[in-house]
Amino acid sequence: MRIDWGAAWSALPVLLQGLLVTLQVTLLGMSLALLLGLVWTLSRRSPRRWISYPAAGFVEAIRSTPLLVQVYFLFYVLPSYGIRLSPLATGVVAVGLHYSAYTSEVYRAGIEGVPRGQWEAAIALNLRPLQTWMSIILPQAIPPVIPALGNYFIAMFKDTPILSAIAVLEVMQTAKILGSETFRYLEPFTLVGLLFLGLSLVAAALVRWAERKLGVRSASP
Amino acid sequence: MSGVTIDLELLPPLFKGLTVTIQIFSGAAGVAVVAALGGGLGRLSGRCWIRAPATCYIEVFRGTSALVQLYWVFYVLPFFGIEIGAMAAGILVLGLNAGSYGAEIVRGSILAVPRGQIEAAIALNLTPFQRMWRIVLPQAAAAMIPPATNTLIELLKNTSLVSLITIADLTFQGQIIRASTLKSAEVFLLLLALYLALSMVIRTFMRRIEKRYSLSWRPVGGLT
Amino acid sequence: MNPPPIVRIRGLSKRYGDVSVIEDLDLDIAAGEHLAVIGPSGSGKTTFLRVLMTLERPDSGTIEIEGEDLWLMKRNGALIPANPAHLRRVRAKVGMVFQHFNLFPHMTALRNVTEAPIHVLGLSRAQAAQRGVELLAKVGLEDKLDSYPHQLSGGQKQRVAIARALAMQPKVMLFDEVTSALDPELVGEVLGVLRQIARETEMTMIVVTHLMEFAREIANRVIFFDRGRVREDAPPDEIFTNPSHPRTREFLRAVQLTA
Repeated sequence: MRIDWGAAWSALPVLLQGLLVTLQVTLLGMSLALLLGLVWTLSRRSPRRWISYPAAGFVEAIRSTPLLVQVYFLFYVLPSYGIRLSPLATGVVAVGLHYSAYTSEVYRAGIEGVPRGQWEAAIALNLRPLQTWMSIILPQAIPPVIPALGNYFIAMFKDTPILSAIAVLEVMQTAKILGSETFRYLEPFTLVGLLFLGLSLVAAALVRWAERKLGVRSASP
Repeated sequence: MSGVTIDLELLPPLFKGLTVTIQIFSGAAGVAVVAALGGGLGRLSGRCWIRAPATCYIEVFRGTSALVQLYWVFYVLPFFGIEIGAMAAGILVLGLNAGSYGAEIVRGSILAVPRGQIEAAIALNLTPFQRMWRIVLPQAAAAMIPPATNTLIELLKNTSLVSLITIADLTFQGQIIRASTLKSAEVFLLLLALYLALSMVIRTFMRRIEKRYSLSWRPVGGLT
Repeated sequence: MNPPPIVRIRGLSKRYGDVSVIEDLDLDIAAGEHLAVIGPSGSGKTTFLRVLMTLERPDSGTIEIEGEDLWLMKRNGALIPANPAHLRRVRAKVGMVFQHFNLFPHMTALRNVTEAPIHVLGLSRAQAAQRGVELLAKVGLEDKLDSYPHQLSGGQKQRVAIARALAMQPKVMLFDEVTSALDPELVGEVLGVLRQIARETEMTMIVVTHLMEFAREIANRVIFFDRGRVREDAPPDEIFTNPSHPRTREFLRAVQLTA
């Protein structure tokens, strides 16, 4: 078996279209994850146990169970409660929810990294809680964890092929369709692998650049 | 979701799937440990003919998706005349995937062992192998366990992907039951609960290893 | 004629980038000599010990231990770079005690002392344990055999480190600022052990220290290191009472002011 460069060349435009959907899902999913993660983090810090305990349990459960099963759950269960979303929208919600559990941990680390004195200074200045969060704590907590968030962005990008299981037309699903039409899986699947590898390496380089720029170290997820 | 009731008939096929999931997890975890040590030590080697392939392995497996790797091995390798079967493909790919993350944990933990430890070992004339095996690795191992626990949980989660290459694991059985009974909420909640339970078993097991291994020599609050 | 020196150094140089840490050093050290090395920080004293211990590779020059070159070996009459086996054989004659102890945290005090004798010298566990217990008793830690490093005080850690180095029975022992990392009240116990070793053994000792009183007491020869060079090389009474080099005088005055 040899690589058929013609087949590879003709598969590329269709795959790139799929890749566009992949990037779309990733960007929308990450926006959702960034937002929801903050909600979980703040809920977990709540002094009210009926807020903080469920939030902590929810984050833990999401992190400990497969994204694929979560995707199925949303895809098959939501409609029976009258919530009808397109596969794409379901996919965005699924990856966004899944990764919000991870971003929540990252935010938590960032907030815990803000020195106690900052909170005390905010109290001494008689700032209201919202002001304290918005103008004192978060501006210091977020920048150091940007590289860690970047790593989860890459991880999410690499997880989007899972959405092919509910027929979202992202790059993997596109490749599967191409393969089943032509009975040649070699070229489309290899191209998908190379596209992921290339983009991940570029993104990882960006994260390292951000680490240097911000002067922080982050562990890869 | 007050209308959800758990049907006992769902359980036997799910437990069959659970067994397959545990088999794949165990096999892949074994592959991952070997690959992580090989890849992590290889990437630290001074010889470029060891370092280069180790680096390639780690970057390729970390740079692409587990599912893409799984599909590639399952659908593309047979074109080259290599047929290894779905089960072997699942164990191998998921193991190598987790191993590539593990390799970076191994490498990071080894690099985190203070330079003075190696110098003391040199001063005592230990061979390079003895330095690594007796001095560096035992100390690095303690630092590896917490991140390795997370990698194992990710591996467990990734085992669900083998349902997409025709293996009848927990997720696959769940899908079949859902299709025949249409009890989506019950089935998937059960699945999530089972995966959550497995994750908790892994965490407890790893915590016990960590305790047993380092209780005596690690002061509370890390090394001084 | 004098017996051949146990350590013979010729033209030794070591640089880090643009900074020359050791410059063209010639030095002979006789067997059994107790050599104290003094000098300002950053003068190259510690690097000198680290090069002797093969922790750093010199840029040029030769080091011979008992007539054998450390970094070069003879093969077919020609000198070629040392292979690991050669390096290990010559290195076995040298031991070192570090400023920051560098005890192995995952081993008890006794295992710290027996690990290398078992795996490098090939002693049986029983032999190594017997020697280890004796050495730990000698440094006053017979009741700490099963303690882990984190359970010991700094002074105790350093005494274990000394016992660990002694267990390898080196001919030349290097002591690198062994009291600098200790709280003041713990310095005495370590110095006491060093005095005892100096009294009781034939071992050649090279002691880098910033404690001038101690250098004077323990050494029979003192060298003053400054900017990578030996500025003065004399018996302790001479160097401390009547230093000949202006830099030595300056240094000793500064040290006395702070002491």
